[in-house]
Amino acid sequence: MTSTEAPPARYSWGGDEHVFVELAEEMSLTANFRAMAITTMLREQRPDGVHDICPANASYQVRYDPDVLEPHALLDLLRDIEKQVGDARDFTLPSRLVEIPVLYRDPWTTETLMRFRDRHQDPDATDIEYAARINGYPTVEEFIDAHAGSPWFVSMVGFVAGLPFKFQMVPRERAIIVPKYLRPRTDTPKLTVGYGGCFACIYSVRGAGGYQMFGITPAPIYDPTQSLPDFTDFMVFFRPGDIVKYTPIDRERYDAQVAEVEAGTFRINARPVEFSLQAFLDDPDGYNARLLAGLHE
Amino acid sequence: MITVRKPGLSTTVQDAGRNGYYDLGIPPSGALDQYSLRAANLLVGNPAGAAVLECVYLGPELEFAGDAVVAVAGAAMIPRVNGEERPGWESFPVAAGDVLDFGYLTGGARAYVAVSGGIDVPEVLGSRSTYALGALGGHEGRPLAEGDVLPVGAGDGTAGRRAPEELRPAFAKEVEVRVMMGLYDHRLAPEGLAAFLDTTWTLTPTADRIGFRYKGVELATVDREPPFGAGQDPSNIVDAPYPIGSIQVPGSVEPIILHRDAVSGGGYMMVATVLSGDLDVVAQSAPNTRTRFVAVDLDQALAVRAERRDRLRRLEEALTTG
Repeated sequence: MTSTEAPPARYSWGGDEHVFVELAEEMSLTANFRAMAITTMLREQRPDGVHDICPANASYQVRYDPDVLEPHALLDLLRDIEKQVGDARDFTLPSRLVEIPVLYRDPWTTETLMRFRDRHQDPDATDIEYAARINGYPTVEEFIDAHAGSPWFVSMVGFVAGLPFKFQMVPRERAIIVPKYLRPRTDTPKLTVGYGGCFACIYSVRGAGGYQMFGITPAPIYDPTQSLPDFTDFMVFFRPGDIVKYTPIDRERYDAQVAEVEAGTFRINARPVEFSLQAFLDDPDGYNARLLAGLHE
Repeated sequence: MITVRKPGLSTTVQDAGRNGYYDLGIPPSGALDQYSLRAANLLVGNPAGAAVLECVYLGPELEFAGDAVVAVAGAAMIPRVNGEERPGWESFPVAAGDVLDFGYLTGGARAYVAVSGGIDVPEVLGSRSTYALGALGGHEGRPLAEGDVLPVGAGDGTAGRRAPEELRPAFAKEVEVRVMMGLYDHRLAPEGLAAFLDTTWTLTPTADRIGFRYKGVELATVDREPPFGAGQDPSNIVDAPYPIGSIQVPGSVEPIILHRDAVSGGGYMMVATVLSGDLDVVAQSAPNTRTRFVAVDLDQALAVRAERRDRLRRLEEALTTG
């Protein structure tokens, strides 16, 4: 299962307790999938002294104790795994297809974005109007169709607890690109569906943020009290490698789902799938259509 | 039990921290100054990594419901029992009904208050440390507030234990912080790299458990065509994981050292990482501390680490055999 097509990774020490590995300078599903494959294999072997294995978009890091695990021994292991993984095209990832309901153009993110127009590229438009315009969509409705039409690959979880970064599963020429705010906001509602650069995200907690705000989801994604049924096992919902489908909902449906959350009965619609990079790259549209057809079977 | 009569500026329950969840955005947290955490605990006879109170700039006022042994290490902030001064870096008894408060900060930034038996809040993900951004751990996932009641574990300490002077850190207004260059330092032009190491940086008031921001000069970067997904600014990268202690430079100005409540990743170039042991020095920096970054290589970093381990071993010997 080895291949030599992938460009060599770049290794750097992150002080005395981290090894940082950049697989590619630019974002791609291939680079992300290599990060997943390498960190999955490292988890299986997990040498003593490893504290954290953190896959990211086109890179990963390992946090470790150099008193237990000799730094060069770790480095050799990582290089060895990189060779074994190669371009990762024949690696399949057990994944989940996750449906996230979105109330686009909701009152809460709209109120928030209006407070920060002085930090925005286009003070006379809303964030989603700006995103639609610069991506060549004649109407916001058509932009929402594109945003909710393709699946998204969770390429990294982090920044703050449980926040998913999601990369659009479309050929690059069709990818939505929206710059972040000129200066970050000091406020973002919890569960805002956001966008920055080539990444979609969901804010897991309220706080500062620089991503454009398109809407809000009723679905909780981080529950430190672990009181909701989706969080019985762990307080963070998303895992790197999950595949997300956004489903537009109206205000009535949003309110009904929030009521379910408050009653403690809400469940995110999620089902197991196997993701194969090669099958996706061979026929992205066909692959996505087959994938999404499984959501409501 | 301890009742919080006044919370101080920002007082949190912290221990040695939690490992294993940084990949999902949950950072290690724990005492920012791990040396002082250990010293305070050893003084009262606790395991070195037990939960203590971390007090920033201005101490709390605490009322004890039972007898205990207490020690304060870290920043110079004179402890007082019912208004009577007690020495820092030395264990002392408190009796039921006693009130502990603190004088003004005269050095460092963070004091650590250990109580025999430890602060017995529930463990979350293997640690009692507070991660306030994620509303997790510690006392209700947040800094202490007036009226909070903290449980104390069972344990009896010995009053009158003292940390030897030579094993206490010195706090200065001008400090050196050792770093390993790397990560995205190739984004800096040679003059930018030189400026990073030659500048005396000044710590701004933005200095909390997440990060410490410094003022100085703008760092020159290398021109490039932005990689897909990185963003237009020369300091942007495709969002990557951030090492604890990594120094990022958003907009090529005002470097930020991420500390133990770090955001776990993001899109700004990191150019160096502070040695894990020197994060204690950063933790004890108050705003306006003048700071130089000194580059070392891996071998030097491991030697620094060994020295620190030795120092902790001597501290442990001094405080457990006395």
